[in-house]
Amino acid sequence: MGDEERKILVVGGGISGMTAAIEAAETGAEVVLLEKNPYLGGRVAQLNQYFPKLCPPACGLEINFRRIKQNPKVTFLTLAEVQSISGEPGKYEVTVSIKPRYVNDNCTACGKCAEVCQTEIPNPLNYGMDSVKAAYLPHAMAFPFKYVIAPEIIGTDEAEKCAQACQYNAVDLSMQPVTTTYNVGAVVWATGWDPYDVTKVDYLGMGRIPNVITSVMFERLASYSGPTGGKLLRPSDGKEVKSVAFVQCAGSRDENHLAYCSGICCLASLKQATYLRERVPDGKAFMYYIDVRAMGKYEDFYLKVKQDENITLTKSKIARISPDPETGGVIVEGEDVGQGGMVKQVVDLAVLAVGMVPGTASVKPELDMEYDDFGFVTSSGASGIIPAGCVKAPMEVAASLQDATGAALKAIQCSMGR
Amino acid sequence: MDQKIGVYICSGCGIGESIDVEALSAVAGEFSITKCESHPALCGEEGAALIKKDVESGEVNSVLVAACSGRVKTDVFTFDPMTTILERMNIREQVAWCQPAGAEDTQMMAEDYMRMWITKVQKTTLPKPYLEAADKTILVIGGGVSGLQSALEAAQAGYQVKLVEKEPELGGKVMQWHKNTPVGPPYQELADITVSETIDKVKGNSNITVFTGTTSEKIAGAPGMFDVTLSNGAGTHRVGSIVLAAGWKPYDANKLEHLSYGKFPDIITSVQMEEMAKAGKITCPSDGSEPSVVAFVQCAGSRDENHLKYCSAVCCRVSLKQAESVKQQNEETKVFVFYKDMRTPEQHEEFYRKVQKDGVVFVKTDTAQLAIGEGVELKLSIEGTDELLNEPLMVEADLVVLATGMQPAVLDDPILNLEYRQGPALPELKYGFPDSHFVCFPYETRRTGMYTAGCVRQPMTATRSANDGAGAALKAIQCVEMVSQGKAVHPRAGDLSYPELFIQRCTQCKRCTEECPFGMYNEDVKGTPLPHPTRCRRCAICMGSCPERIISFNNYSVDMIGSMIKSVNVPDEYDEKPRIIGFICENDAFPALDMVGLHKLQYPPWVRFIPLRCLGSINLVWIADALSKGIDGIVLFGCRYGDDYQCHFMQGSELANTRMDKIKETLDRLVLESDRIRLEQISIDDFQRVPVILEEFAARLEELGPNPYKGF
Repeated sequence: MGDEERKILVVGGGISGMTAAIEAAETGAEVVLLEKNPYLGGRVAQLNQYFPKLCPPACGLEINFRRIKQNPKVTFLTLAEVQSISGEPGKYEVTVSIKPRYVNDNCTACGKCAEVCQTEIPNPLNYGMDSVKAAYLPHAMAFPFKYVIAPEIIGTDEAEKCAQACQYNAVDLSMQPVTTTYNVGAVVWATGWDPYDVTKVDYLGMGRIPNVITSVMFERLASYSGPTGGKLLRPSDGKEVKSVAFVQCAGSRDENHLAYCSGICCLASLKQATYLRERVPDGKAFMYYIDVRAMGKYEDFYLKVKQDENITLTKSKIARISPDPETGGVIVEGEDVGQGGMVKQVVDLAVLAVGMVPGTASVKPELDMEYDDFGFVTSSGASGIIPAGCVKAPMEVAASLQDATGAALKAIQCSMGR
Repeated sequence: MDQKIGVYICSGCGIGESIDVEALSAVAGEFSITKCESHPALCGEEGAALIKKDVESGEVNSVLVAACSGRVKTDVFTFDPMTTILERMNIREQVAWCQPAGAEDTQMMAEDYMRMWITKVQKTTLPKPYLEAADKTILVIGGGVSGLQSALEAAQAGYQVKLVEKEPELGGKVMQWHKNTPVGPPYQELADITVSETIDKVKGNSNITVFTGTTSEKIAGAPGMFDVTLSNGAGTHRVGSIVLAAGWKPYDANKLEHLSYGKFPDIITSVQMEEMAKAGKITCPSDGSEPSVVAFVQCAGSRDENHLKYCSAVCCRVSLKQAESVKQQNEETKVFVFYKDMRTPEQHEEFYRKVQKDGVVFVKTDTAQLAIGEGVELKLSIEGTDELLNEPLMVEADLVVLATGMQPAVLDDPILNLEYRQGPALPELKYGFPDSHFVCFPYETRRTGMYTAGCVRQPMTATRSANDGAGAALKAIQCVEMVSQGKAVHPRAGDLSYPELFIQRCTQCKRCTEECPFGMYNEDVKGTPLPHPTRCRRCAICMGSCPERIISFNNYSVDMIGSMIKSVNVPDEYDEKPRIIGFICENDAFPALDMVGLHKLQYPPWVRFIPLRCLGSINLVWIADALSKGIDGIVLFGCRYGDDYQCHFMQGSELANTRMDKIKETLDRLVLESDRIRLEQISIDDFQRVPVILEEFAARLEELGPNPYKGF
């Protein structure tokens, strides 16, 4: 068997894919890691803090980036996606397409291109809540630490200006999409998850009411690198958010939407309630839940958050969110299952705790794998592709990484032809 | 090695506009170096070639790159660590980008850094990796689902495995089970227990040696060279690393008096229920009759401050499974589930829905407050408050099943029986579970080369336990591979340095043996530390703890940092240019400082930062070195400590804080204001706070006036 075939290809450079790649490489395997974004880190790079420690994800990412930087056995490609894949365990041929970044390895992240660039694009990191220069560093801790020229300005004078501003010949407007083929012995599929499109839950008002946002957007709002520099401001008018309704199971545990439970949303909302309490001293949080699912030792975190008297938890399935003309906020309504009667709460902002949809619900590898009705991978089937992380089930970060570490070992076995 | 130092200064990215590079070169020239060159883009092809040429020709064997942060362009500035010393001096993010361009103080800062970093290079030697520990056998303790899977996965990757199980048979807890919860779509059907297939594979794998009815009596040594003595005369075996998959035990139901356990024979635990189902028939223990009504009481002793505070994660699903078994035995049987919150995450929600459709009745109530007594019509009565209807509830049942929680098997038995100075067990995280405290690194433990898997780590389902076994096996394999090459494992993976002790000067104070978070040191009878280099994670907390300063690494030592401090030029008191030394954690505070530069924020020009492997490696002598040199203030940036510590070495920043408290007392006695030392907890994303803290600190130092020892 050639060295080529002993290689492992990991698809998805989020925290699961990165972990699978690094763990395999530190065990001695050659690894190629693909990521479709211009940076590694995936969804966790967009999180403000992790529960239950309320620590910044950038800290663990930094360590993982360092592990990649110093390990010659890991190669990574950004803006890269699998175009086609064929073969069987021990012997795969994978064609990868790489979109142009229009910035080459000469980039020093000095920022001169952005200084001259006038055009702005919706900021992909912040779910479009703000805009960013069309010559941009994806975020301050981005890895690789290189700018991107947005395809939107390619062919315009603006792009030429960026190229001229660069003193290091790093802007290359002639870059074309390229395809490369890899022969590898094993493939790990770690394409992660997408937030459920909650505009489909019509009565919750997402997309219609500016002061209704998703839980993933709230992470950005609370982040110092987010659209408001970490200030909790109402999207409609920029007024400081004093009260937030966290609406659990927004489309989850609902046979018309996502029938399953995403497992992490209760804890995520409890965590987000602490953001409000930390930033806004007299802020009030209201959380509406069916069951509070704080599994294992996370119960401690639930108890700690619950002790805050400015955080009110109510067992309720929210049935309607509407704008409140009087305050400019929103009215959240539903049945109060615990106390009887109705919930009717006016708040500045409603945050919808959206569920996780597996990446494999939309983009599946071409080889045979088995899925459940929701698109989660239930078995690698005859293809032998090894799934890792949230493509298998909704998981919190620690569980994803546990899973990805196991996947790394299976990939090593597979690449050895065992 | 005769050092031939080459200093390469980059003037790109605004450095040249901010700093007088020629003057900076002149400072380098004051040291004994081979050459100093500058280039407008050192990271470009031409610049990189410049350095490469000198290294390849042998003109230079120690490279100091004065340019951007060492966190970036690592692919460009890379040399064989066995033959070439490389240091990165950050004059971009941490000078040019955070200080006014062209200012005298900016130049002084860059020049001080030049002095400090050349000193650092001069105090570095090439690594001599520790290669004495090369055994690659994996020891797996526990033959339940996670241990079996762990053994099998390691063996399938080609490694020799010793699997030790205390019971006479392999299989663990699931051997007593009737059924599993659904494991695949459409998540409606109870699954068969398949552990016997795994057992057959384990027994049939020639890489695995199985020891049943056996325990670990003693584990001595270190990763790559553990010596495990087994019970029953099963001998002593050398192994490289260890997976602890010792499983769980049910919470003692005898403590559940409030739920009347023990008072009535027909109140049983979920474990007893499962064994009964496995035996063939679910009946009332009192008379062997088939129950007409079965009630499950969730959180029996869980989520309860008088018992287990935590949630055991699986009990809701276990009760659903058992409710389904009851219904399968006789669909006429009425089943109630009393719960606080139904916790059926992921696709198990589908199973929950199925059980609801099958007619099982779910009642939300505070289960700890249920009163269970003798029934009138049926054997038992259950009274409490229905929290949804907000009214009293009264149900009679023939059989009550208490869903009891899980406790780690290591709760009151260390199982491993380590011959470690710090004790025989893996240190626990909470509630006895030796789990990782790190979200990002779930297999982290405080004993190098030992990884936990399955329910000994945290409560989890059997399916996840098996997967967890695979993950732990990978970490165990990774450890033996790294150790055999003399490399550290996470978080300083690949580090070739390790602590060396000048033992003749040791006073047996035991600080190093006590403070190492990983139990690296044993002790002889006199209390002299016995280092085990492969247990070491290279944080250098021991180096910081040692009052005799006898612990050093080839590229990190008390003398090195002390000399860097002494190389700083301290202006005299009339210049009104105070000097601050900043000791910072290189993992989090250092990147945060880079972010300050990236955001073009500014802070006082008086400070000189020295990155440390961990703030816990700070040695008190450095404080003395700095103050006696006339440094006015010392600031320490470490990670958050306390319950939710963020230190990658667990206790580093906390230990640093303890040491600073001690030195403050000394300062007070010397009539030197203790305010001159400040420790701040900094997160990696705290770039906005850093300048504020430094401004405040500088203002306070101005109030205090110059260090009176200046000029002595």
